[in-house]
Amino acid sequence: MEFIIVKFVLVVVVFLVSLGIAAYSTYAERKIAAFLQDRVGPDRAGPFGLLQPLADGVKMFMKEEIIPTHADKGLFILGPSIMMMTACLTGVVIPWGSTLIINCTEYPVQITDLNIGILYIFGVVSIGVYGIMIGGWASNNKYSLMGAIRASSQMISYELAMGMSIIALVMMTGTLSIGEIVKQQQGMHWNVFVQPLGFVLFLICAFAECNRTPFDLPECETELVGVYHTEYSSMKLGFYLFAEYINMFISSAIISSLYFGGYNFPFIDQLGLPHNVLTLLGTLIFFGKVFFFIFFFMWIRWTLPRFRYDQLMHVGWRIMIPLALFNILLTAAIVLWQNGQFN
Amino acid sequence: MLNQNLPFMILATLSVFSALMVVLSRKPVHSVLYLIFCFFTIGGHYLLLNAQFLFAVHIIVYAGAIMVLFLFTLMFINLNKELEPHKTNLVKGAATIVAGTLLLIMVSTVTDTGNILPQQASTNEVGTVAVLGKKLYSDYVLPFEITSILLLAAMVGAVMIGKRIQIKIKHNEFNT
Repeated sequence: MEFIIVKFVLVVVVFLVSLGIAAYSTYAERKIAAFLQDRVGPDRAGPFGLLQPLADGVKMFMKEEIIPTHADKGLFILGPSIMMMTACLTGVVIPWGSTLIINCTEYPVQITDLNIGILYIFGVVSIGVYGIMIGGWASNNKYSLMGAIRASSQMISYELAMGMSIIALVMMTGTLSIGEIVKQQQGMHWNVFVQPLGFVLFLICAFAECNRTPFDLPECETELVGVYHTEYSSMKLGFYLFAEYINMFISSAIISSLYFGGYNFPFIDQLGLPHNVLTLLGTLIFFGKVFFFIFFFMWIRWTLPRFRYDQLMHVGWRIMIPLALFNILLTAAIVLWQNGQFN
Repeated sequence: MLNQNLPFMILATLSVFSALMVVLSRKPVHSVLYLIFCFFTIGGHYLLLNAQFLFAVHIIVYAGAIMVLFLFTLMFINLNKELEPHKTNLVKGAATIVAGTLLLIMVSTVTDTGNILPQQASTNEVGTVAVLGKKLYSDYVLPFEITSILLLAAMVGAVMIGKRIQIKIKHNEFNT
């Protein structure tokens, strides 16, 4: 019984935290954009404009809800729903912290540690494509359809390179469970030091999967109006935009836990603090890493221009995939050498 | 017993329903979406059998990759009511007979097998990644590698088909 309560609380907390962080990412994005462009940014709603996400949310809900006459109504509503659902699903397998001891029982701060954790994430990400495709098609608008097709072909192309960059990591760690991968990175043994190429590839693919600049072709207003969400209004549009920020948060969390040690930090054993305090400290540090990567996402957005569509495909298929394959071969050779196969 | 079978019953109903809807839907895009849903319910069956790896791969490959391509093509060809190809009654009758015969064969196979002993599926570990990987790379290594060659051949074939079209277009441009 207690087990169920702990898990339930954890699910609710992870859900609320993802939504909260996604909401404040919109604020952070505008503030960082303002900082990089030497402006002030939002500063009217509340102190330092801190209530801006709330105001935006209310605005989104108050807008008129329009469903185009010739749109496929059921699918039109299904599109943003899938998008939001898949965005919230991935938080389940991420280890947010080590373990908490309550009443002499150890509870991991992770909703579930599937032994196929990484594959689960890939499965959910591949469903996410449908949110865009269905939304774009159901709108019955040529711009929407073009945008949807662009977005999904981009996501499929980069999913391949992403999967391959992860295979090298799985070969090093010998497990698909994310909890186990984080545990192996005790102290300063972060995977980024042994898999630098894999990390760079994964980071680039994460940008492409989240449709962030320089890969925001699905959202390029100058060519395709508003792309796959051209016909959407009110909170349905809000969900599409909001899901993007949740995805960004989750990608940052995945990058931090796979390559930057998750909740581990150096000298963790030498502090001499009680176990629960260490766990909370680890969680805080994990969120610090996550926030850094969210900042990094935004930093790139306001620094680099977007690719042309053919350049995007060229990078995806001709550069990323061969590099990922090379990385797999290199990793395989090193693993064999470490196991003494070449002696 | 009923409680144990409840998840299976719900999943089985959903799979049969979605499979029927694939055939019965008027719009091709709806058919494809029902097919995707059907794949998900079958993935659920794998999970009930404790085959987690198979579940994940099934979702990623079938629901995530192949069906996206299906949806892609369907969205592009834009089937209208007017352009819908109509089959003659002869073809319809022939198709019904063929499908009915297939059903008969399948039903007879199932009835001939007699009682299928229920495996202790939820407790065995065959479906987990570690066990499956060891099995694939030791006992079944030859079939596994041959399958990979088959996939490679299919890939080369796809590239060849794509290339031939490109050459044809260039040739036409040269002529005109």
